Amino acid sequence: MRALAWHGKHDVRVDTVDDPEIVNQRDCIIKVTATAICGSDLHLYDGYIPTMQAGDILGHEFMGEVVEVGAKSTLKKGQKVVVPFTIACGSCYHCGKHQYSACDNGLPADNQDIAQEIYGQPMSGLFGYSHMTGGYAGGQAEYVRVPFSDVGPIVIPDGVEDEKVLFLSDILPTGWMAAENAQIEPGDTVAVWGCGPVGLFAVQSAFLMGAERVIAIDHFPHRLELAKKFGAETINYEESAVYEALMVMTGGIGPDAVIDSVGLEAHGFFVDNVVDQIKASTFLGTDRTHSIRQAIIACRKGGRVSMPAVYGGFVDKFPLGAFMEKGLTLKTGQTHVQHYMPALLNAIMEGKIDTTFLISHRMDLEDAPKGYDMFKNNQNEVTKVVLKPGFN
Amino acid sequence: MTESDPRDDAPLSTSKRSDAVADATQHLADGKGSSIVARAVTINRPVGELFAYFRDFANLPTFMENVERIDVLDQRRSHWVVRGPAGKSYEWTSAITDEAQDSFIAWSSEDGADVPNSGRVEFRDAGARGTVVVATILYDPPGGVIGKLIAKMFQREPAIQARRDLRRFKQLMETGEIATAAMNRKQHEEELA
Repeated sequence: MRALAWHGKHDVRVDTVDDPEIVNQRDCIIKVTATAICGSDLHLYDGYIPTMQAGDILGHEFMGEVVEVGAKSTLKKGQKVVVPFTIACGSCYHCGKHQYSACDNGLPADNQDIAQEIYGQPMSGLFGYSHMTGGYAGGQAEYVRVPFSDVGPIVIPDGVEDEKVLFLSDILPTGWMAAENAQIEPGDTVAVWGCGPVGLFAVQSAFLMGAERVIAIDHFPHRLELAKKFGAETINYEESAVYEALMVMTGGIGPDAVIDSVGLEAHGFFVDNVVDQIKASTFLGTDRTHSIRQAIIACRKGGRVSMPAVYGGFVDKFPLGAFMEKGLTLKTGQTHVQHYMPALLNAIMEGKIDTTFLISHRMDLEDAPKGYDMFKNNQNEVTKVVLKPGFN
Repeated sequence: MTESDPRDDAPLSTSKRSDAVADATQHLADGKGSSIVARAVTINRPVGELFAYFRDFANLPTFMENVERIDVLDQRRSHWVVRGPAGKSYEWTSAITDEAQDSFIAWSSEDGADVPNSGRVEFRDAGARGTVVVATILYDPPGGVIGKLIAKMFQREPAIQARRDLRRFKQLMETGEIATAAMNRKQHEEELA
C-alpha cells in the first residue's frame, strides 16, 4: 500500500510499504477514506518529538471502511467508522473510568519503559506518533490495522459525508474536553490561546457550555475571523498587548477560565519564548511555553486553567508562584476520545456543532508532503488539510 | 532486625541500604542471589483466576518473552530454558519451596543452575481494582556486574524483563491478548523471535 512515512526533520514521503494484516483477535483493518494532518503532526515534522524512526507511518486523524475483522472484533465488513487517536483496551481500571488516554494496556510492554521513566507511568497507545506512544503505524495511509476495534472505532450511520465526522477522531473531542476542563459556569468569560482546530472547537464548545463571552487569541487574521464567526471576541497578539487587553476587556478581573491550545511550539517574539527556542534547539529544554505562562498570569484569582495543548517534556519559568498564590486549578491530559465520541456524533447529526468550516484544503494522499509544507508555512490560510487516497 | 531499626514500611527491594539483599534473603525461603528486583502490577481480574493461570507454569512462556520453554516435571519442579543476551541460553531446574492457594508461590533454583535464582510471587485481592501481583526475584546475574551491564544493553536483564513480563501478564489477563504495534503477522513473528 501507499503511506506517508517520516524520514527526518521536514522530510516526509509517500512510500510503498507492506499492507497491514489482522495480528490480534480484537483487530480490524480499515481502508482509509479520509485522514487529516493535525497540528501535533507538525511537532513530528519539526523534529520536536523524540523516539521517531525513519519509515514511521504518520497520521492519527482518520476514518474509513472496515475491510477485515479479527475473531473478537464486533465490527462488520463494510461499516464506515471513525477511529479514535488513542489506542485503549476498554478492559483496564482506567478505561473503566473512561480515562481512555490513560489506558494501561494500549502500549506494547517494551514501549512502556520510556514513558514509565519520564512520566512515572505509561499512557495509552497513539496512532502514528513516535515509539514512546507505541510505534503504531498511523492513518495517513491506504490501510490501517486498528487494535481493540471492539471498543475504539465509532460506527457512522449510512449517508453521512466523511468530512462532517472525521474530526471525531481527535480535534473535536479535544476541543470539547478542553472546554469541559475549564469547568465553565453560566456567565463566564473564557479566554482561548491559539485558534487552530482545537482552539476553534474549544470556542464553539465553551459557548455550548454556557460561557457568556469567549476571547480568542492568535496572530493569524484568518483564524481569528473564524473564531469571530462563532461569536468570539478576538485579540491579535501582534497588534495588541494580550494581558493589558484582557484586563480591560474583563474589567480588571481576568478571564474566569483560560484555555491554552497552543502548546510546545508557541510562536511569537517574546523574551521567554526566544530563550525557550534556543534551549529547545540545543536540547537544554524540550518545550516552548509562552502561552501557558501568559494564560496563568491573566487568569482571574481562583480561576481555572485548561491545557489541551501538547507538552512532552520539561519547562522552566513556569509561574508556579502565581499559580499557587491565585489558587488556580489546572486540568489537562490527552483526550479520552472514546468517552466523547457518541455524544459528539449526535451533536454533529443534530447540527449543533459545525465541523466542516475548518477544512481549507483537500488533497490526494500522494500529495501529503506538499500538505505538510503548506500547513507548516502558511498557517493563516491553511487551517486544515484533509487527505483522501485516490482523490485525484 | 534490631528494635532501633530505622526501616520504614517501603519494600525491601527499594532500600538504599547495602544489606537489603541479605535481609531479603532471610525473608525468602531458601533465598539465592545477590541482586534483588521487585515489581508490582494491579490486574483487573479476580485473584483466583490469576493464581490458577500463573500456577500452571506451562502458561508462563505466553507472556514471559525470554522464556523459551518450561517443562513441568512434577507438582513442585519445573525445568526452565531462558534466552539470554547474545543468543545464549540459560537453563535451570526450579522447585517450589512454599505456596498457598490464591496467595503466593515461592521458588528456588536447584544446584547447578546457570543463573541461580529464587523468588516469590504474591497475589493480593484488591477489591474493585482486581488483584495486586508482586514479584520479588533474587538472582545471580551471569558474569556478575559486567554480565548484568551487558544483559541490560541487550535488554534481557531480569529487572527490565520482570517489569515487561508483568505488563504482558496484565494485558493477557485483562484484554485477552498482548498489545503489539506489528503491522502484519510477519513483523509480529520477527518481534517474538
